[in-house]
Amino acid sequence: MADQRVPFATHADSTVLGADEIVLNMGPQHPSTHGVLRVKLRLDGEKVIGSECVIGYLHRGVEKIAEHRTYTQFAPYVDRMDYVAAVSNGLGYCEAVEKLLGAEAPLRARVIRTILTELQRIASHLFWLGTHALDIGALTPLFYCLREREEILKIFEKYCGARLTTHAFRIGGLQYEAYDEFEKDVERFCKPFDKRVDEYESLLTGNRIWVGRTKGIGILTAKEAIDYAASGPVIRASGVKWDIRKAMPYAAYDLYKFEIPTGKNGDTFDRYIVRMEEMRQSRLICLQAIENIPAGPIMGKVGKVLKPPPGEVYHAIEAPKGELGYYIVSDGTTQPYRVRIRPPSLINLEAFDKMIRGHLVADVVAIIGTLDIVLGEVDR
Amino acid sequence: MHSLIDFLLTYWVQLVCAVIIVAVLPLVAGYIVLMERKVMADMQARLGPMRVGPHGLLQPIADALKLLIKEDIIPDEADKAIFWVAPLISVTAGMLAMSTLAIGPWFQIADLNIGLLFIVGISALGIFGIVLGGWSSNSHYSLLGALRSAAQLVSYETAAGMAIVGALMLAGTLSTREIIATQNDYGVWFVFAAPVGFFIYVVASIAETNRAPFDLPEAESELVAGYMTEYSGFRWALYFLAEYTNMVVVASIATTLFLGGWLRPFAGTRAFNFLDFLPSVLLLGVAGYCFYRAPKQPVKIQKMVLAAVGAMIILVALILAAPLLAPAGSFVASMKAGLHGAFWFLLKVGLYIYLFMWLRFTFPRYRFDQLMRLGWQFLIPLSIVNVMGIGVALVLHRHFGWSHWTAFPLTTILTLAVAGLLAAAGEKQEKTHAIVGEEA
Repeated sequence: MADQRVPFATHADSTVLGADEIVLNMGPQHPSTHGVLRVKLRLDGEKVIGSECVIGYLHRGVEKIAEHRTYTQFAPYVDRMDYVAAVSNGLGYCEAVEKLLGAEAPLRARVIRTILTELQRIASHLFWLGTHALDIGALTPLFYCLREREEILKIFEKYCGARLTTHAFRIGGLQYEAYDEFEKDVERFCKPFDKRVDEYESLLTGNRIWVGRTKGIGILTAKEAIDYAASGPVIRASGVKWDIRKAMPYAAYDLYKFEIPTGKNGDTFDRYIVRMEEMRQSRLICLQAIENIPAGPIMGKVGKVLKPPPGEVYHAIEAPKGELGYYIVSDGTTQPYRVRIRPPSLINLEAFDKMIRGHLVADVVAIIGTLDIVLGEVDR
Repeated sequence: MHSLIDFLLTYWVQLVCAVIIVAVLPLVAGYIVLMERKVMADMQARLGPMRVGPHGLLQPIADALKLLIKEDIIPDEADKAIFWVAPLISVTAGMLAMSTLAIGPWFQIADLNIGLLFIVGISALGIFGIVLGGWSSNSHYSLLGALRSAAQLVSYETAAGMAIVGALMLAGTLSTREIIATQNDYGVWFVFAAPVGFFIYVVASIAETNRAPFDLPEAESELVAGYMTEYSGFRWALYFLAEYTNMVVVASIATTLFLGGWLRPFAGTRAFNFLDFLPSVLLLGVAGYCFYRAPKQPVKIQKMVLAAVGAMIILVALILAAPLLAPAGSFVASMKAGLHGAFWFLLKVGLYIYLFMWLRFTFPRYRFDQLMRLGWQFLIPLSIVNVMGIGVALVLHRHFGWSHWTAFPLTTILTLAVAGLLAAAGEKQEKTHAIVGEEA
């Protein structure tokens, strides 16, 4: 029965296993595949000559569930996709349904949404930085990152009572008014935060080992990144200036000034630098926004029962991981006919095989880390 | 029967030392783990173990008990005999290597005239435990871990050996006791005569003990646990014990060779004799902290345990102080060499291990090819140059009458220049030979 160990045959060039080759199964239970990702690696020594990602271990049928819930009922479910950035998921869904209804949230609601979403981006990037550094062997940054992230989660908790799967927004605006100390809390977090980012950079950026482990690893050229439909920091690190916050402004992003950081080489190091810079930019957006939160209502006129007219809509936002899109088809009833979600993690993950070929086993975890995937979102 | 009594009478000191090593070393290893966790917690803005005993002081004992009563799993596909014996090889090699180390002038099992050679040889055997364990597990992770380990140890053993050779040339002997005596005669520790050698030994010893940033054989984020992946329970604990024993061994070698062994800092200078009181003062400080923290413990038993720990430390401080206070020439005063020697030796070993931990929590992990490049293209050439440099310095000193203060700094500067050249060359090569995908 020993010959039952058939190599995986999805790649045309990997049907036969050479004498020096082994197949290493990484995951779904593995410390650094960021969840239940399973990667089958074909190795020559330590060199990766082929790979295949097996996904679906966390499939919960989120899109199917949507068809049996009303528009309002489905909103909390999207928080469970990218559970590291639940606020962003909620924003995308609420805005998509608002677009379908032809309604718009009031300005005050949009500004508060922007602040919370940018805080969520910082939190997500912090979590990414900590785990990515941990994968590459630096143990300590994780705890500093989680310390900072905790501050953000506390703001969420004060705002809506939840920390992780927040369900912070409602279709048409917000349910909760910002609490009394909201601006102060955000400012207290943001003011010293650039120093904190410098601190992480001082641990990693100049470190010879870190640079050696990330420079030239997992290169994705601009053309390849576009071909793979990569988005978010992954495509920006390849030098493509594509950010939906600028390209198709939503929420209140058109009110604020910020830069789109881009890389040059599209390697793991550039993706790291891009995300570090994005945290600084998010901080600037938050600081600009809390200066002047306009007064006014927080809930638009959408009615108690949501019955969008028949039709379809696609709305995408720049989630921390990339373009998060919702395609919603309405048949005029209270339940969506179909909800299709474009998860940035899944699309970015498709570039994995391209990026890993020719690298070593140790780079596998570096590349999985640099793609910043969340399996809840990949599998939905 | 008579011969047995004869044997015991002749070798009772050695036997006691051996029993102490075998019985106490696991405990020491446990407490090094606790220290590591506490140091890690300190660097990572958290508390570390706090539940078992005051400040987690009984955590190692709880861990050991847990590991003892865990189910003993041997995978079906494993080669059972080898799987069974591999961890034992590692532990035995680690413990045997302790036998010629002199922890203070009193505590040594055997003062072999080939002492260091023996230690290096025996501790190199430990790698068999790792390779066999990885191979017999019949798992890909274990196999890769074992392969990495074998390659890494072979490479870095060379560099470490050459670093040791440099210090041996200064000492002119392999016996641990005499190496320390020579440093006493020189009036300077060899770390100051051969700083480059010390640096090479530090790097190589980290790699040899599979510690971060060279912990590739058990890189938890890549190979799960490397060669130990399939091990659990007490067998796993044996591997752990071997790893920490090896840390103590390399730290002891470094202390003996480069840091003056059991010598007090400025051992020959009368003006610094007040340093003799440092051990007692240090321990009294620690005891004072224990008493300060004791009332703040949440549970009564923890208060009592912490107070008892403080009392024990005071006792040790008093024992260390007694020879200094006793009248000269008395029996108590003669105990100074043994007691204080052991203290200074263990303090230096502790600081060396602390350095290991500090590096571990600061640096990311090397990749395998980078590790090999560092070993073969930088450390080994540098260690050879270092040996030549020390040779030149010795010739200048002994045959041309140069003083220490000119000969050694000169050759050290030359060696550092070579190191710079090597690093520059390595950088250049890295740029041209970076392995990048798409060749498969």
